[in-house]
Amino acid sequence: MSEIKWPYANEFGKEENIECDVLVLGGGMAGCFAAIAAARRGLKVVVVEKGAVKRSGAAGTGVDHWESACTNPCSKVTAKEIAEAYVDEQDHLSNGIAHYICCEEGWDRLADMEEFGGKIRDTEDEFKGAEFRDEATKLMFAYDYENKFTLRVWGKTFKPAMHDEMERLGIKICDYTEATSLLTAEAEGKKRGAGAIGMNVHTGKITVFHAKSTVLAMSRPARLWLFNPDLTGLCEFRPMQSIGSGHSMGWRAGMEFTMMEKSVRAEFSAAGSSFPPYSTGNNHNTWYAATMVDSRGVEIPYLDRDGNILKTVSERYHPVKGQKFFLKGGVIDEPKYEYRGPETMPFDELMKRGYKLPFYADLSRMPEEERRVIWGMMIGNEGKTKVPVLDYYENRGFDPAKHAMQVYGTGWTSASFSDDERQLFGAPGGIMHDWDLKTNIEGIYASGDQLFGSDCAGFAAATGYYAGRKSAEWAKNESLIDYDRSQVDEEIERLYAPMYVEKGYGWKELNFALAKCMKNYCGAIKNEALLLQGLDLLKSYREEVVPQLSASNPHDLMRTHEVLDIMDVAEMVMESCRLRKSSSKTLCFTRSDYPEMDPAEDHHFITIRRENGKIVRGDVELDYFGDLKTEYEKHNQDYIEGGRK
Amino acid sequence: MKKMNEIRVSIVPCSADPIIYDDSRCIGCNICTQMCQCDVLLPNTEKGQPPIVAWPGECYYCGACVLQCPVEGAIRLEHPLMNRTKFVEAIPAPSDVE
Ligand SMILES: Cc1cc2nc3c(=O)[nH]c(=O)nc-3n(C[C@H](O)[C@H](O)[C@H](O)COP(=O)(O)OP(=O)(O)OC[C@H]3O[C@@H](n4cnc5c(N)ncnc54)[C@H](O)[C@@H]3O)c2cc1C
Ligand code: SF4
Ligand code: SF4
Repeated sequence: MSEIKWPYANEFGKEENIECDVLVLGGGMAGCFAAIAAARRGLKVVVVEKGAVKRSGAAGTGVDHWESACTNPCSKVTAKEIAEAYVDEQDHLSNGIAHYICCEEGWDRLADMEEFGGKIRDTEDEFKGAEFRDEATKLMFAYDYENKFTLRVWGKTFKPAMHDEMERLGIKICDYTEATSLLTAEAEGKKRGAGAIGMNVHTGKITVFHAKSTVLAMSRPARLWLFNPDLTGLCEFRPMQSIGSGHSMGWRAGMEFTMMEKSVRAEFSAAGSSFPPYSTGNNHNTWYAATMVDSRGVEIPYLDRDGNILKTVSERYHPVKGQKFFLKGGVIDEPKYEYRGPETMPFDELMKRGYKLPFYADLSRMPEEERRVIWGMMIGNEGKTKVPVLDYYENRGFDPAKHAMQVYGTGWTSASFSDDERQLFGAPGGIMHDWDLKTNIEGIYASGDQLFGSDCAGFAAATGYYAGRKSAEWAKNESLIDYDRSQVDEEIERLYAPMYVEKGYGWKELNFALAKCMKNYCGAIKNEALLLQGLDLLKSYREEVVPQLSASNPHDLMRTHEVLDIMDVAEMVMESCRLRKSSSKTLCFTRSDYPEMDPAEDHHFITIRRENGKIVRGDVELDYFGDLKTEYEKHNQDYIEGGRK
Repeated sequence: MKKMNEIRVSIVPCSADPIIYDDSRCIGCNICTQMCQCDVLLPNTEKGQPPIVAWPGECYYCGACVLQCPVEGAIRLEHPLMNRTKFVEAIPAPSDVE
């Protein structure tokens, strides 16, 4: 291993202070929209981003479909219908507030995106005449062609367009700066946010951000159960930078979370256990509803919800007679009968009937426009698909009109994980909030994948903008609050500590150990005794290993901080699992010591926070958010009447 | 007084080579290093030389570096071999064969 010269300045020990009205932590889809909303209201806004805003976040290199844009001009469904369907679909253990915001305002954000220079219409008439295209508006739709509430979009253009708009609005962007902890203070007997602390991951410089209000937009935790020390960047679905720092700093500050006991068997990653998303033959999301064939060339039938075989490709994109709409994509796996759409015959049934493996996605059998829209438009604008999938396979000679792409495993995820390898996926837990997307700490708001029950890009964009709006309204009437300086000094000491250990543990060793701890003690089957063992192991790591963590440059120091954050999240997850003393199908939560499934007395939200080292439990009724449409309108008259900006 | 470690860095190799630079095309502008959200790439301290893939194992294979590079073919991204999907000539439906 040859040593190379560190190309950046050494700024360890340097400190900068930045003041602003609204501080946004995380510059992905949600954070950028939060910043834009606040800047449009004339406030001084700062965005702190660990990567580089222009291409950072889950949607950094694209998204290909935008769900639940119910207010777009072609939509035949209302925000109320779709939001309520989502809540019902998840047995009401669902984020009704955020889903409603997504359904009501998601289209407004796409309209914004177009203003910024993003592409949301088929302006070049490449798909003129296609069934999924509306000729008047040139908008294109996915899944349910009848109701037209999920759009196909050219998401590769989105992040750079947002970045340029942010510069135009004078938003200060701090790239390559990790936010590490929240500053808090007391006002009128209540805890209140005062800003945050961050470290430049190239130079080690500390920045203290003093702000009136703060929006959290740092996505959700990862690398809790899944870790691969060789191909670490591939061991989770979401970007390497997003491992739940936002959750960790919230936890440390006493923030309230819910549904953190929910985890699903891992579905997505691309290290040893799966292929990169959307790079194999399948018929989900980007690839819906690709024609699938078996190895003899026999077509695999698509069925309607009653099991009738569909005869045409077009029928795969329409609700069945008597059904108003169907739900597909994102978190929707096997929806209830009411919302179930067309799907290929179940795998077991195919095996029984003698279909032969391996299967292939054969786009050559589809109508020309359907083929081109999947391979070319969608694969090409989806996250992580343009360069490593579209360009790569075309260079290798793949032609969707002539070739078929192999399917791996039994399902569309092309993955094989054990039950104990889990992921926070499928609308997992996150920050608890009210109708302003405000957390339990005054002046701190949350958005996007950091919220509980989050799912998609439209959700992130809409909740980001909404949180930006609400935090701006609040900041307008407030002044900066003083905070205790000792918070900064203690944080600097914590952050720099590994730089003082000459020889010790590297971050990967601890991350690997944490992942094993989670698999052993917080895997598919939970049990009080095992959870306590897991917490005890964490405690021993904190006492014995953390003081021996070593780093020798700002980049590795950042990775070390990530693992400390992962440890906080692991603690929160295990403590949350202890609080729910029954099993739950909806939450994919099984306890061997409390096997009863979804008993009525437990079918509600359990919240968790940590205060003075103690776990504090809360119980919140289902539908605490009230009637979605009524409450939304009550809280957003200014937006509705102010041109939806 | 405790002494802080000196800043040291060396390439941390992994089993794959996600990013390959073409020395003859890359102009060393470092845009790719400034676009990588995972901070995988380091600018070369020798001016005009291609960046250094310091942490290849941390690559998320998003392609941002390639998308933003101003020079065609200067940088290439490729998944580890195990992630290469097989594709075949489309298989005719059995009834078509007769
Ligand atoms: C490959 C892929 C494809 C997808 N395709 C679609 C799709 O087609 N349609 C769809 O609707 N959804 C899609 N999604 C989901 C969707 O992209 C995300 O739900 C959405 O972008 C989340 O936005 P966010 O702002 O909440 O999080 P992100 O966009 O992930 O942003 C979080 C940001 O916070 C930063 N960050 C993290 N920690 C810190 C810290 N400590 N300090 C500072 N910054 C920090 C990260 O670097 C990141 O930029 C896809 C996701 C992936 C991964
Ligand atoms: S690969 Fe491209 S972006 Fe990177 S330094 Fe070379 S020319 Fe610039
Ligand atoms: S593919 Fe993405 S993560 Fe990998 S080096 Fe390029 S920009 Fe960085």
